[in-house]
Amino acid sequence: MRRWTPYWLALPAWLWLAIFLVVPIAAMASVSLTTGNLIDGFTQTFSVSNYSDAIAKYSTQLVRSLVYGGVATVIMLVLGYPVAYWIAFKAGHRKSMFLFLLLLPFFVSFVLRTISWGFLLADDGILLGTLKGWGVLPQDFHVLATTVAVIGGLVYNFLPFMILPIYVALERVDPRVIEASYDLYASRLSTFRRVVLPLSLPGVFAGVLMTFVPATADPINAQVLGGTSNTMIGNIVQTEYLVNNDYPTASAISFTLMAVLLIGIFIYARALGTENVLEAAAR
Amino acid sequence: MRGKLGDRALYLYTWLIILWLASPIAVMVLFGFNDKQSKSNTSWQGFTFKWYQQLFAIDGLTEALVNSLIIAVVSTVFATVLGTLLGLAVGRYRFRGKGVTNFLIFAAISTPELVMGASLLSLFVSGNAPRGHITIIIAHTLFSLAFVVVTVRARVVGLDPSLEEAARDLGAGTWTTFRLVTLPSIMPGVAAGAMLAFALSIDDYVVTSFVNGSTQTFPLWIVGAVKVGIPPQVNVMGTLIFGIGVLLAVANAISARRKTTH
Repeated sequence: MRRWTPYWLALPAWLWLAIFLVVPIAAMASVSLTTGNLIDGFTQTFSVSNYSDAIAKYSTQLVRSLVYGGVATVIMLVLGYPVAYWIAFKAGHRKSMFLFLLLLPFFVSFVLRTISWGFLLADDGILLGTLKGWGVLPQDFHVLATTVAVIGGLVYNFLPFMILPIYVALERVDPRVIEASYDLYASRLSTFRRVVLPLSLPGVFAGVLMTFVPATADPINAQVLGGTSNTMIGNIVQTEYLVNNDYPTASAISFTLMAVLLIGIFIYARALGTENVLEAAAR
Repeated sequence: MRGKLGDRALYLYTWLIILWLASPIAVMVLFGFNDKQSKSNTSWQGFTFKWYQQLFAIDGLTEALVNSLIIAVVSTVFATVLGTLLGLAVGRYRFRGKGVTNFLIFAAISTPELVMGASLLSLFVSGNAPRGHITIIIAHTLFSLAFVVVTVRARVVGLDPSLEEAARDLGAGTWTTFRLVTLPSIMPGVAAGAMLAFALSIDDYVVTSFVNGSTQTFPLWIVGAVKVGIPPQVNVMGTLIFGIGVLLAVANAISARRKTTH
């Protein structure tokens, strides 16, 4: 009887994950290989033309999403690492206070945060309006509806997800290892480069994973801050599904996006020397 | 000396990042008090409390907020129950299919929201399921579930199995042992998972936008209102949610500190 306990415990969640995660993704794979439309119905043709058509039609948005997501991730890494470093090594007993302050934005809805960010950057808003009033900026200067606004929004929204895993990795570094490095006459720079940085790489890996995937697939920042010339792949999937009802094309784009992200993650894991992606992500 | 200077600079830099992250919150709170006359709410026009008095004056917005709260509560209960049971299974036992289970949990966390929403919509469309509260709750339970599993598992792994053995030696049955020994000791993990589930649900836009049908939630209503201008009531509601959230978190931290010092 006891032997069956884990199966009974796992069963309800297994069913949920199977019915609502595995089956739908498999169904989407099959829909991406159909032709037809919502009114006449879809027929399974196993033709890959949906993929080639979708990629040909939306390659601009796909490449743009990867570039925006990639640039935002690099900026987050550069901006976030020093913060994680300072909190882990120098904040002392105020560590949890600083972590709490970093997490404050999460008490505000993601959508609302992005819109407030738009308020700040609005053409006649507090920032630009004031600077224009002082004559520092020309009257037609604007930030909204530019690439800068979208990438800035992505960085703003996902930065804490970069800082936290790096902080966790740095926090685990044994201070005696660093002392040993100084005792062996390493300078501050080479101690950082050859001791601290390598030990923090699992955190960097987790941070990049937690920011690059959602930033690349995010439709909200482009929609709220980007105007019409910065459409990302997330917006395309939404439009194809919800406005055009073109399920085969939408499924093909979703799968292409997921495939590109997975390939990216694996290349990145290899380059970093992390053999087992699952293991690194599970930490 | 150079080290000290570097630390100083990093300290100031950390505060700068924190202020940057917090600045849109300040804007949100401030413009909940803006006595705006025009359609847009982006420039300051004077102080007023009237949006607090007319908080529920916009029917659609109030309804969306109520929907969000109902969906968050129900999906949190589902995700917490299912996630706790699975967390116990993977944290405690060795069994066939454990590797697959761990992979499923990883997949549920790392699937882009967009793909999750789109594939669920495919399922509901092909099954002719009407979209609304129920489909949103199903979706929210799905993405919250895995996070509950992770927090509960972390707690279960650190648990001393001899406690349960002792309970059984003293004649407690399986259910009594679970209720009086196991559950209380994994409770912090369960509570953290439930809070995470609630926060994820009430905040979700992407997945919900696929499976909502004509039902509006708070984030969906706000995005829909961007083009016509966000009413200040949205800022007020955001401010109140922020305030309640921060108060709960601080209270939780203080009570946790009390427990550890006693």
